[in-house]
Amino acid sequence: MIREFPCVSCPLGCLLRVELGEGVIRIEGHRCPRGEAYAREEVTDPKRVLATSVKVLGGDYPLVSVRTDRPIPKRLIPQAMAVIRKLAVDAPVSIGQEILSDLLGTGARLIATRSVRKASASDEGDPSLGGQGQPPVEKGDLPES
Amino acid sequence: MRISVDVAVVGGGAAGMAAAKAAAEAGAKTLLLEREERLGGVLDQCIHPGFGLHRYREELTGPEFSYRLLSELARTSAEVLSGTTVLSVQPGPELLCANQKGLLRVQAKALVWAGGARERPFGPLLIPGTRPAGIFTAGLAQKLVNIHGLLPGRRALILGSGDIGLIMARRLHLEGVEVVGVAEIRPFPGGLLRNVAQCLEDFGIPLFLRHTVAQVHGRKRLSGVTLVEVDERGQLLPGTEKFFSVDTLVLSVGLIPELRPVEHFLVWDHSRRWPWVNSFWQTAAPWLFLAGNSLTVFDLVDTVARVGEEAGRNAARYALGDLPPVSTLPLRGGENVAVLVPQACIPGEPVSLFLRVPKPMDQAVIRVGGVYEKNHKYLRPAEMVEIKLPAEATTALAGKNEALVEVCPQ
Amino acid sequence: MRVAVIGAGVVGALIARELSRYEAEVLLFDREPEPGFGVTKANSAIVHAGFHDEPGTMRARFCVAGNALYPEICAELSVPFRRVGALVLAFTPEEERTLSVLLDQGEANGVPGLMLLSGAEALAREPRVNPEVRRALWAPTVGITEPWALAQAAAENAAQNGAQLRLGEEVLGIVVRRGKVEALRTEKGVHPVSAVVNAAGLYADRVAMMAGVPFPPIRPRRGQYILLDKTAEGLVSSVLFPTPNPLSKGILVLPTVDGGILLGPTAEDLPPEEKEAAETTREGLFQVLAGARKLVPELPLTETLKTFAGLRPEPEGGDFVVGESSVRGFYQAAGMRSPGLTAAPAVARSLAEAIATDLGLARKSRFNPVRPPIPRVEELTEEEWDRLIKEDPRWGRIVCFCNQVTEAQVVEAIRRGARTLDGVKFRTRAGFGRCQGSFCTARILAILSRELGRGPEEISLRGRGSELVWGKVRP
Repeated sequence: MIREFPCVSCPLGCLLRVELGEGVIRIEGHRCPRGEAYAREEVTDPKRVLATSVKVLGGDYPLVSVRTDRPIPKRLIPQAMAVIRKLAVDAPVSIGQEILSDLLGTGARLIATRSVRKASASDEGDPSLGGQGQPPVEKGDLPES
Repeated sequence: MRISVDVAVVGGGAAGMAAAKAAAEAGAKTLLLEREERLGGVLDQCIHPGFGLHRYREELTGPEFSYRLLSELARTSAEVLSGTTVLSVQPGPELLCANQKGLLRVQAKALVWAGGARERPFGPLLIPGTRPAGIFTAGLAQKLVNIHGLLPGRRALILGSGDIGLIMARRLHLEGVEVVGVAEIRPFPGGLLRNVAQCLEDFGIPLFLRHTVAQVHGRKRLSGVTLVEVDERGQLLPGTEKFFSVDTLVLSVGLIPELRPVEHFLVWDHSRRWPWVNSFWQTAAPWLFLAGNSLTVFDLVDTVARVGEEAGRNAARYALGDLPPVSTLPLRGGENVAVLVPQACIPGEPVSLFLRVPKPMDQAVIRVGGVYEKNHKYLRPAEMVEIKLPAEATTALAGKNEALVEVCPQ
Repeated sequence: MRVAVIGAGVVGALIARELSRYEAEVLLFDREPEPGFGVTKANSAIVHAGFHDEPGTMRARFCVAGNALYPEICAELSVPFRRVGALVLAFTPEEERTLSVLLDQGEANGVPGLMLLSGAEALAREPRVNPEVRRALWAPTVGITEPWALAQAAAENAAQNGAQLRLGEEVLGIVVRRGKVEALRTEKGVHPVSAVVNAAGLYADRVAMMAGVPFPPIRPRRGQYILLDKTAEGLVSSVLFPTPNPLSKGILVLPTVDGGILLGPTAEDLPPEEKEAAETTREGLFQVLAGARKLVPELPLTETLKTFAGLRPEPEGGDFVVGESSVRGFYQAAGMRSPGLTAAPAVARSLAEAIATDLGLARKSRFNPVRPPIPRVEELTEEEWDRLIKEDPRWGRIVCFCNQVTEAQVVEAIRRGARTLDGVKFRTRAGFGRCQGSFCTARILAILSRELGRGPEEISLRGRGSELVWGKVRP
């Protein structure tokens, strides 16, 4: 059997061709090792990075964007969303912060992909307005990296 | 208030942050102006992964990519004024801006315009029907969901299979919105294949190719849309109408480069599809440089950042008197070229050309003025091609009137 | 004495304003949350001269009188109005003969300045016109305005002068005893009144029935339009009419006060019960294009901003119904078909005078006719704008980038009665630009939510049932 599907490892979207018999016989169409690995995984147990949001209490954003730090099995995505929907974190949240250590026993951590500051007294609950009490993103906000 | 700088950069998204960083690194006194309170532009709402593989060798989400780039910017001497809108631009260049402290005049020696793109809205599509609540552009829907934490509706149909539309199909589905399908008027998807695969196919969301919205229904809130098939010439096929009961219609029907305050300085190609820039990303007004999606809509933010850096570096050179006028060689987009930037190269200098085809092509060859030829197994409108012309190739073009860039089927 | 006006369209709002000149308690009711959300919202926005209407009709009389009042009223209320003039274009000998009829009719109605032009003269005025034009009628008093802005401003000015705006309160019944109006019953309660004015637009027939006044069904006549962006500015500088047919004034090409170009309307008669059928159709939009191309062959359709439809109330017999009815205290300004917008100021004045006489109302000693505008930043000098920002930083926060609208203007619009996205848009132009709100909608939603103290899911596009978002992602 032959399966053809685009690679999702990067935006190039190479068209992969996997010949299947007793296991994977041949992989074609990839342009990098990531693509080959993806092709193999995709025909056995497809995995995806899950990106969504988690509720923040007392933040200048109502949500913090999060992702899994590694791909999780695609079949677990509905269950993962059910877990994530129930989470809430207190502000402040910093980028990279761990929100959940092990999502559904996959070993994947859920990490924040942005920082959320504490809402100030004059915050208007509107992230797009920035809030008068909040300075805009300033270079001083950034840790030296 | 008045401020004098060497380089002003307008737009604090990926292109602008990269341009400001590069201009400052090149020794220019640089000011980055951003209308929103936060830097990052559209990256802030693009919480999905897929960014940064080229630039950071890692797969990041939009906010993470933005943070990395901001960290790079923060290490330079570039100044940032956010919450500041550029109202008008005079030659010079001189910018009139407004922010919550007052009006501000910025006098610069060079300007990098990195204003991004806006979404093509519902109105110009001439779709008949009512005008209810519940019709959103994909970017607005994305901002409502990811920034404001608001769900636009309960059942949605997406019109147009551009990348943001595909991404939003998945995003809405994950948040419990029933996405009944994505309609695309063309016979092929508008977005990247990887997004068709991981945003639609992963979740069993149907893609209706050669379909468009014939009518919207609902007096106050959208109550449904009628889809109709179209033939090869885009004509509606009567009798193929299908009604979908939805309360939300999300549009992903194209991005339009946002150039308003500077558009009168630009020289447009014959069909007004793109403004003229040379390989320094310099426009016909030599003090004005374009970067990012305000020039043309790029596929990858990594490319946007790289082009932005080049524009910023060249703007700094111009401001510091280090970019002498050079004679450039016009590049003309010929057959099967829907997008081509830049439209001029400098003989003897290497150049990257970005090209897009108007329709999917299998087995095609890209030729540039007899000095470059490359076979491609497949070319897709959604996938921009970068053509790297080495210095030898551009040297060989010297003395010609122009070089034709064409894509020939084999 | 208490006088109620039912309907806060341009007619009802202007009546309320005229009534607020007198010592009376004026109540302005509308089921919609803001003034001008019915017929007023979607029409050609033309202040007609009065040559289209047969002499002796209410339409002719009030149109000419209304036109004359426009400059003063719009100046007092800070509503845009420009006398751009109009050309009625004739392309056949038969149409030329109709122009002469219009000229005679207009002169009989007292329309000033009418003039017949040759085809060449018409082309000199409007170079984009179809060069086959043989003759044209020039009407210098024709103007363009913003009907919704006029309704809002009039309601606001009425409120400045003591009128009570009871918006979002639908009138459900009228209590009549011994042939005289006694009270109004609304969804919120009963209001005893001495007089009622029926200015209910498409629903004037139903309101009349509530008072037991027979009223033949009002038929909605649908008009579809195509609006071109400001980038098409200059295509035409005056209103272009075809030579009219008995059904309507035809499909026009005209400038809007905002610099855009409007094409339309169609004239489709709908059954009386279709009072909400303001939708565009494929056929209708094609008809608009075909009609507009007859007048101006080269239309920059790439600049299309949007398409929309409006309904105009067509009374049986085709004339306005203005004055007291068979029920004492029940007055009407109904069947206000075209040129209803033009006639509105004159109808309002005449009706208010009649009511004042009948009820013996005295004039207020201190009526303030001036409604200050919400400043438009692009009309300010840099010094003025800078000073405003120094006083209130919200003047420096641009919310709508297409039309340069600041947060301060949005907040002021809400203070003056905007409750919906459309209300903010009509008052400030935020969201009216070429991105059509894809940048500013989320932000205006947040400002409305903050200023009104309501959840974002309660904020609507144009009233109950048109809420913009369903709820929170993470409740």
